[in-house]
Amino acid sequence: MYGNGTIVHGTHMQVVRFAGSGGQGLMTSGRILALAAGVYEGAVVLQTQSYGPEARGGAARSQVCISDAPINNLNPSRIDVLVSLNQSSCDKYFGDLKEDGTLIIDSSYVNELPTDNGYSFPFTFYCRDKLGNPVVANIMALAYMVAVTEVISRDALEAAVTNNVPQRFIKLNLKALEAGFREGESAKAERRRQSGFIDTQI
Amino acid sequence: MAKKQTLKPKDPRLHFTSGNEAVGLGALYAGCNFFGGYPITPSTEVAELMARELPKRGGTFIQMEDEIASMASIIGASLAGAKSMTATSGPGFSLMQENLGFACITEVPCVIANVMRGGPSTGLPTKVSQADVMQARWGTHGDHPILVLSPDSVQECFDLTVTAFNLSEKYRTPVILLSDETIGHMHEVIRIPEPGDMPVIEREASAEIPADWYKPYDYGVHSTAPLIPFGEGYRYHVTGLTHDEQGFPTGRPDESRKMLEHLLGKIEHAKDVYHVERLYLEDADSAIIAYGCTARVCKRTIYTVRHEGVKCGMLRLKTIWPLPVREIDEVCEQNDVIFVPELNSGQLMRAVKRVNRGRATIVPINRIDGQLFNPHDVAEMIINRSHGIDESDQLII
Repeated sequence: MYGNGTIVHGTHMQVVRFAGSGGQGLMTSGRILALAAGVYEGAVVLQTQSYGPEARGGAARSQVCISDAPINNLNPSRIDVLVSLNQSSCDKYFGDLKEDGTLIIDSSYVNELPTDNGYSFPFTFYCRDKLGNPVVANIMALAYMVAVTEVISRDALEAAVTNNVPQRFIKLNLKALEAGFREGESAKAERRRQSGFIDTQI
Repeated sequence: MAKKQTLKPKDPRLHFTSGNEAVGLGALYAGCNFFGGYPITPSTEVAELMARELPKRGGTFIQMEDEIASMASIIGASLAGAKSMTATSGPGFSLMQENLGFACITEVPCVIANVMRGGPSTGLPTKVSQADVMQARWGTHGDHPILVLSPDSVQECFDLTVTAFNLSEKYRTPVILLSDETIGHMHEVIRIPEPGDMPVIEREASAEIPADWYKPYDYGVHSTAPLIPFGEGYRYHVTGLTHDEQGFPTGRPDESRKMLEHLLGKIEHAKDVYHVERLYLEDADSAIIAYGCTARVCKRTIYTVRHEGVKCGMLRLKTIWPLPVREIDEVCEQNDVIFVPELNSGQLMRAVKRVNRGRATIVPINRIDGQLFNPHDVAEMIINRSHGIDESDQLII
């Protein structure tokens, strides 16, 4: 794949960062997104991660680059999408977001939004109350992000989740996926309405 | 209602995996059937994969009590005919050094994956570093041969593990796969070749001579005798003492010299152990010499500095030890400035300086805070340096 004597630089790269505290499922979100893009859509992907020595707690982040050419910058500092599941990661990484980037936060844990343009949804509380288990909040946030940003197709994400989640958790995960798509879609539609966007395809 | 068809992978041979898992998959591809190890961040994923996969394939996985025993177990397994490996990180690698020397002198093939983390001691368990380069070379005592390979992508973790097993079998020597935390933990899509697409060297089960005539060591012209596994009827002696061709201890000066010359010569004179990648060196007047994750990041650096009109190339070392002297010498001859970026305080830089013999200016770029280089920071330094803005001898991030 590499080593043919030339360096090809991608013309289009999307960087998605999942950030929060250890144990929130950030690594899983990142891996499923990268798997969906790389294996089911044929894109060039790279998933990197950073966490502390603790098993749970401590700052953790997972970053996915989706490109059309080999990715050599393993740790890009400017990001297109930030999915933040706690306040400290939101404060810490908001500055890395590009000007036209998308911020998505879990309002269960993030109370102070650094911008008015962010998308906010209580993923953890929704999963706990409506789906009966808060552990799928990461998958719901992932689906919400895909619905809002369209970095990959929903079919690819669905296939990746179906084929890579333990059998007994598939139903729960697909429910979270569906809820995420639905909420993301409606949030996006709402945002369009507010900004005076007129749908030309009547 | 018809069930909705889920999407199929673009290619069934594509696998989305981490660098560490790719090391395990490469080992299985090469026919590894014994893993003895002790879990340690950031190498544990190799052991996890082997614990899951080896029993299914009739292989053996043992979690030993520590890394000293892990190293001993893979030497024993190899003498019994298994293709064996272990995986560890800095602190465990330190414990393996004594038995690593034993594998060198007894010429037992085995593969050790060292996924480097911040040191010394417990250091930074989850952060990246490249500070075991000299330990990989000189960690065990005495003059000894060693082969050290360094991957820069998940695909190469797979490929170089297969290469490591092949070189280890061919030259009957331990081979170290020197990966690092970033490469080991990052996930990429790789293509696993069909069985037979990549050459795999197998152990010989019998020699063509009667068992009584068999010599476990051959101190001839840089050749190695086939290592017949124990249990095939070929009886021989294995010792860490200096030994003769029969494997028995000897103190005679002529035999001692012969053994050591053979050990060092078999790697020194091997032609197929030097693997490098050359990038944009044809028209370059400055060059980067790098390996592992640093080299990967510097590919982005090269793109940036070339865009700014600085003619910079790169020599990427896939084989770190034995040092590809001829290739480095060529780069030193053709370039005015050579940058050696490393995530340590300058371990390979000194080796490059020795090859350079004062011709080019060697500029080390070091980072020791447990973080990866930012390609643009390195690019800025190279551009400033080449425009004469920065004249310092060492660039530190």
